[in-house]
Amino acid sequence: MAKQYETVIGLEVHVELATKTKIFCGCSTAFGGEPNTHTCPVCTGMPGSLPVLNRQVLEYAVAVGLATNCGINRYCKFDRKNYFYPDNPQNYQISQLYLPICHDGSVEITTEDGTKNVRIHEIHMEEDAGKLIHDEWDDCSYVDFNRSGVPLIEIVSEPDMRSADEVIAYLEKLRMIIQYLGASDCKLQEGSMRADVNLSVREAGAEKFGTRTEMKNLNSFKAIRHAIEAETERQIDILEAGGTVVQETRRFDDNTGESYAMRSKEDAQDYRYFPDPDLVPIDLSEEFLDEIRNKQPEFRNEKMARYREEFGLPDYDIDIITQSKKMADVFEETVALGADAKKVSNYLMGETMRILKEKELDPQDISFKPEALKTLISLQEARKINGSVAKEVFEVLFFEDIDVESYVKEKGLMTVNDEGLLRKTVEQVIADNPQSVADYKGGKEKALGFLVGQTMKAMQGKADPGSVNAMLKELL
Amino acid sequence: MANIISDETIEYVGILAKLELSGEEKEKAKADMGSMLDYIDKLSELDTEGIEPMSHVFPVRNVWREDVVTNGDDRENILKNAPEEKNGMFEVPKTFD
Repeated sequence: MAKQYETVIGLEVHVELATKTKIFCGCSTAFGGEPNTHTCPVCTGMPGSLPVLNRQVLEYAVAVGLATNCGINRYCKFDRKNYFYPDNPQNYQISQLYLPICHDGSVEITTEDGTKNVRIHEIHMEEDAGKLIHDEWDDCSYVDFNRSGVPLIEIVSEPDMRSADEVIAYLEKLRMIIQYLGASDCKLQEGSMRADVNLSVREAGAEKFGTRTEMKNLNSFKAIRHAIEAETERQIDILEAGGTVVQETRRFDDNTGESYAMRSKEDAQDYRYFPDPDLVPIDLSEEFLDEIRNKQPEFRNEKMARYREEFGLPDYDIDIITQSKKMADVFEETVALGADAKKVSNYLMGETMRILKEKELDPQDISFKPEALKTLISLQEARKINGSVAKEVFEVLFFEDIDVESYVKEKGLMTVNDEGLLRKTVEQVIADNPQSVADYKGGKEKALGFLVGQTMKAMQGKADPGSVNAMLKELL
Repeated sequence: MANIISDETIEYVGILAKLELSGEEKEKAKADMGSMLDYIDKLSELDTEGIEPMSHVFPVRNVWREDVVTNGDDRENILKNAPEEKNGMFEVPKTFD
């Protein structure tokens, strides 16, 4: 019988913090500026420049630590990690090795296999590197330092995960916590959340871990899943053939579904860390920690309980709406404007989720105004538009900033409440469809549905289905 | 000299520092490093039992700033530090990960 293997996975997750400025200088972190327009002597590593810590970075890091059940090192320091690479202008990255800000936390994840804890080894603060652009034709690379010095936290897990499902559940949990805190938007595609996967396999039941590899360049949940499956298979094949796995960093190519060993940076493992003399130690008071504890937002579990209590929503609705902070915010804002909670929930669970899925968007990408949804629901409640028109309009307001009421008027989407016209139309439909009329009179309820449909069609979808129904019943 | 630096060590340190040293320079560097380590050994003679390693000289803590943008676009000046420049970027020898 073939041997059974177990996959062992630990993650290093980098999260770009949502600060306005970089970690050690007053340059903007805004995305998409012209190259090098958000740079200064500090973030381009000029001799004599002096880094000063952004307090907001510290607050976010502590907030994430508290929310992931970490201990906080009230006394902590920054260290220099030395290596040469053109995207790193100081020839060292400012990071934390000896005393990271948070340590020994855990998050609870749920998969089909049940619920378990994934332990967090540490969370440290560090700076991002610049961006290298390669020219296909020239024998040159170009450096844009706009990203250099953008604040990151690196969340290092223990090797507690055993499958791609668990990895994705862990990442989704981290993302949710961090989004609820507002500490980052955590978009994998845009690189504000990046995961490096450390993976090894061992025979089921073995105590010792196998040799691990590290995979980089994973920028979607799909890529992470594929990479884990492919790497597990690759390592098992090596072991089955009597070989040994080499500890190395591999880059996963989602197009081919294969990973390959990255050219090892010469002696890259010797980072010669030492405390950064330019940045003085941090010594956090209990008041500082209390201030952050008091600022912690309502997290998902509390929100769920409140939604049940306050709005009486079904658990199914609550589960979907609270999965992302953004969705929950839209829900609460729309309801605060006076819209019916269940009706708002229906638009979020139904149409919104459908559009997000179709367009491969994230709840974070929702940009429509709560006012627009509120107006739409009001128009529908007042029977000024019918359900199918409302859905059409929702699709428009989802992407465009429209004034819903004028849009409906201009496009002539208002329900036609002209009883005379409706009567005339229904009479015509009855005259045109003698068979259905006979069927209905013979007891076939379904035939009525057909006649309603024909009437709606004749009125170009702008009738109120309730009135059409009533009129048909009256005339038949 | 109590500390003798081997050829391998000086070669390795050279790689880490991205320095190419001639035979003569290597010998000189070996001697310099050796005497530096001798000096460090002198410090080891002190009893440091129970003393935390010191990373910073002054007893200053918690120097930080508020999260407010203070720097504008200073690209023109920043790029004056670039050995070569193209399209607003620093030009460097081709580098792949």
